[in-house]
Order: sequence, then C-alpha cells, then structure tokens
Amino acid sequence: MRIKQISVFLENRQGRLYDVCSLLGSNDINIRALTIAETESFGVLRIVVDKSDAAIKLLRDNQFVANFTDVIAIEVPDQPGGLASILKVLAENNVNIEYMYGFVEKFSDKALLVMRFEDTDFAQKMLAKQNVHVVAEKDIQGL
Amino acid sequence: MPDVPFWNREVETAGRSRLQQLQLQRLQGIIGWALQTPFYKRRLSQAGINSPDDVCDLQDLQRIPFTTKDDLRQNFPKGLLAVDMREVVRIHSSSGTTGIPTVIYFTRDDIDNWTDLLARSIAGTGATTDDVFQNMMSYGLFTGGLGLHYGAERVGMTVIPIGGGNTKRQIQTMKDFQTTVVHITPSYLLHVHSRLGEDGIFRKDLALRKAFIGAEPHSENTRRKIQDLLQIDAYNSYGLSELNGPGVAFECVCKKDMHVWEDAYIAEVIDPKTGDVLKDGQEGELVLTNLVRRAMPMLRYRTRDLAFLHPEGCDCGRTHRRLSRILGRTDDMLIINGVNVFPYQIEEKIMKIPEVATNYQIHIDKKGALDRLTVKVEIYPKLFLGDVAVLEALRNKIRENLQASITIAPVIELHEPGSLPVFEGKAKRVVDERPKD
Repeated sequence: MRIKQISVFLENRQGRLYDVCSLLGSNDINIRALTIAETESFGVLRIVVDKSDAAIKLLRDNQFVANFTDVIAIEVPDQPGGLASILKVLAENNVNIEYMYGFVEKFSDKALLVMRFEDTDFAQKMLAKQNVHVVAEKDIQGL
Repeated sequence: MPDVPFWNREVETAGRSRLQQLQLQRLQGIIGWALQTPFYKRRLSQAGINSPDDVCDLQDLQRIPFTTKDDLRQNFPKGLLAVDMREVVRIHSSSGTTGIPTVIYFTRDDIDNWTDLLARSIAGTGATTDDVFQNMMSYGLFTGGLGLHYGAERVGMTVIPIGGGNTKRQIQTMKDFQTTVVHITPSYLLHVHSRLGEDGIFRKDLALRKAFIGAEPHSENTRRKIQDLLQIDAYNSYGLSELNGPGVAFECVCKKDMHVWEDAYIAEVIDPKTGDVLKDGQEGELVLTNLVRRAMPMLRYRTRDLAFLHPEGCDCGRTHRRLSRILGRTDDMLIINGVNVFPYQIEEKIMKIPEVATNYQIHIDKKGALDRLTVKVEIYPKLFLGDVAVLEALRNKIRENLQASITIAPVIELHEPGSLPVFEGKAKRVVDERPKD
C-alpha cells in the first residue's frame, strides 16, 4: 500500500528547514520520517507525517512549494542482512529504487524504510510476493 | 617622454585641416555607398541627401539622422548591406537584444582597412616584430579576436591565436613561447595573475611586457593594479562591432586615453537627450561614423557609451583626438567578463520557460578577479513534483537557453515563489555588486 510522502522545495536560505519544522510542530503535526536531498543550490525535504492532508494544506497556505509523492514503507528485519534480503528481491526483478531512507523510530521489532520507486505498482507486487510487510497509511498515522 | 613609434606618421600627425579634408572626402564617398542600401537611401533622402554632393562640408554631417542598434535589428539581415554578397569576404555578428543578432559585413578592402587601423594601434604602443603576441580574446563571430590577430600579423609579431579561457594552458603557453604581449580583458588578466604559481610557473618565468586590455570598461586604478602586479604596460583599447570592432581608438605610449583614428572615423559626442553635438571636453554619448567600410556604411551610430573627447593634443605628436575611458552607458547594457549582455535577453529566455514564474533577478558580483552572473528564478509550484533530478534538469535547461543567447553561462538559482523582490521596471531587477573602483 502506498503512503503519501510530502516533498517540500527548499531554496538555499538560512533557517528554511526550521521554518517548515516549526510550522508543522506548532500545528501538532508529527514528522515520522525525514530526509533531505540537497544540491549546491537548493534542497528537497522529504517527510512522512501523521496527518498528511492537513500538513500539505498548511504548507501550501504558508507559501511553501509542496507536493505529494507516492512511496512505499516496508518493514525490514532488524538484523544483519535484513535489508540485503529485500534488496535482493528487488534487484532480481529489475526494480529500480530512486531513493530510500529510514524511519525515525521502530514500528515493532523491525526497522522501517521508506522507498521511492520508478514503478511503484510493480515494486509493490514484487514485495508482496516475497511476503515483505508493506506498512499502510493508517499505520503511519497511528505511530 | 619615451620614443614615439608610428605606423603611418603622415596620417597620424596630419594637421587638423588636412584631417578634416580627408574626412569630408571620405564621408562623401561613404554616403555614396550608403545610398546603395535600402535603409540609408530612405533615411538620407528624408534628410534631403540624395547624392554625395549634397554634403558640402563636415557641418552637413549633422543633417544626417542617427543610426541606432534598433535600426540594425529592424533591417536585419541585409537592409544595410551596400555591396553584392560576392564582394563580402567576412561576416561578424554580436548577439542582439531581442534574439535578432547584429550582423556586420566586410569586403576584402574593408578587412584590409580595419587591419591597418589595428596595426597602427599596435605599433603605436611600441610593439614590433620582436614581440610574441598571445591573443587571449575569443575568436569567432566576436570581432575582438580576429581583429587584433590580423593587426598583429601585419605588424609582424609572432601571433599565438590561443583564444579565450583555459587559464592553465594560457600560462603554460606564455612560458613556452615567452609571450611578450597579450590581448585580454582586464578582469581576465587579473584572474590569470591570481593563478600564477599554481603549476610552478611564476612571473619571473614569463617575458610579458605589454597588455592590450579592452572589451570591458575599467578604471585607471584597475590599469595601475595590472601594471603593478605584473610589471607590464597596459594599454586601453576601444571598439564595437558595429564600427568594425577594436581599432576605433587605442592608447599610444603616453597611456593618456585613446586616439580615435579620425581618418577612418568621425567621432561626435552628443547630449543623449537632445541629440545636440557637445564641445570637446564635455561628457555625453559617443556617436561614430565609419568612413572606410564600404560593405556596410555606418553613419552617426549611437554607441550608447558615455565618454568625452580631450580638447588638447597629446605628447606623442598625434593629431587624432583622444577618447576618454568609457564612463557609463545610456542604456541598461551590462558588460560581464567582456561580453555585452542586455537584461532583456535574459528576460526573454526566462519568460519562455513554463516551469518558472515570471519574477526573476539578475545578480552580478566578483568571484576572484572575474565577474559572476547569477540568474535567480522562482519555480512554478504546480510543476514541482518533488524530484531533484527534474529540478536540476530545469536549472541546466535555463542555463543552456541563456548561454545560447548571451554566450556566457550564468549560475542559475531556483527560488521559492514570492521570495524574490517584485519590481516594476526591468532595470531594478539587476543587482550589480561588483566593486566600483
């Protein structure tokens, strides 16, 4: 099942990341996972939050350039080789990962990863075949 | 007083009346050629000039309307061409303000005359067949490279046509061939100086003794800095492609501003608002008439450069009046590392890119000795999908589109909508933070 990641364009200006985080925080929106893609001249903040629809409205109302991106969150056995076993499945099926990043906290005794694919549907199918647990949107909201 | 070298002593020291006689004779000749072009035939007949005989003395020049860059654009490509294309042996061009370039035609004789003016300019600095000349200006459509190349060859210097850029190679070449004279923009020369020593090549390994610096306005302080840092003589050079390119005016060994070659050009300084001709010594807009280019006559061309002509003579004995440094512009043209850029060129390209909003800012500063152009644009929110690669591709696309128009590659900064200041006029979109010395 897909979850909604929010991507926020950040121009290269001091305190811009703080602006986003404090805006979300003061509106009681919790960031569950976060990563920043940076270039020499700008950054893209990628977040998974507990209330995604409210968050994106809030950001846009405050003149941030923000958009939803479909990603998949999966559980990974929290042990050596845990991630490798999943990547093996993806590699064998020629599924391309655009980027991935870890969750802030544990969902269970497993680690959580957010993954962005070129072909989300196909990736989801392959992961399901191998019984990889894909986290649902409601699970994220309940975190 | 150093020895004064001449290329053509008779012409360079001709008395005022002899010079004016020559000017009138050549003006009549060039009007004859101008009347061959659709543009000037119309323009001149409106002023009551239908044959060269209608111009009886130099005062009559003032009856001729000014020619502007806009005229050249509107009559692109051949409206000012006075000869059959079979007689044209060379075309030069500069990027236009609105996507239409300015094109200049030369016959074989035109190239020969231009070359001679450059040989005269070069020889006037004391350069000779003993010199090795490294021409560090861009070749190609830009007139600065080929113009000086031909002039230096005519003087008999050993010419290294290296062209612009690649600083390491420039320095290595200076050492390998013991270059004595360079032709270069002042900012790039200072940049080259800052890189000396990087590959174990120092000033003491070089034989440099002169630099011809042009294509961008600079102050007397900048010249002194160049001379002190490199222990060379630096000579100011002035020209513009509409009037052939370099070789319109050049400094002699006295280095007290640039002799306008008045046998080939008529220089006037006007009040840019009224068009009235000002006296020598008064600052205004320089207006030039090319007396010797047959393929494309140019009568009373408004250069948009602000300057003045020195009323008094020069210690070298030349009678040709001297043009001051360029003190400014009457339009919003920017000169960035020697390249002429109009803000409108940038605006036009940006407006054609759907992924960016209409607000933008042009920012110029110095990175080391060189100018740095940064164009800041706001992204269009609906087209942001969170993909970094897409945004990077957008930056590259904007940079490439701008480079195609203005020939230099700017730094592109993407900004959030509403983050750039909003201005009414385009001039205010330009923030020039280069130090004024």
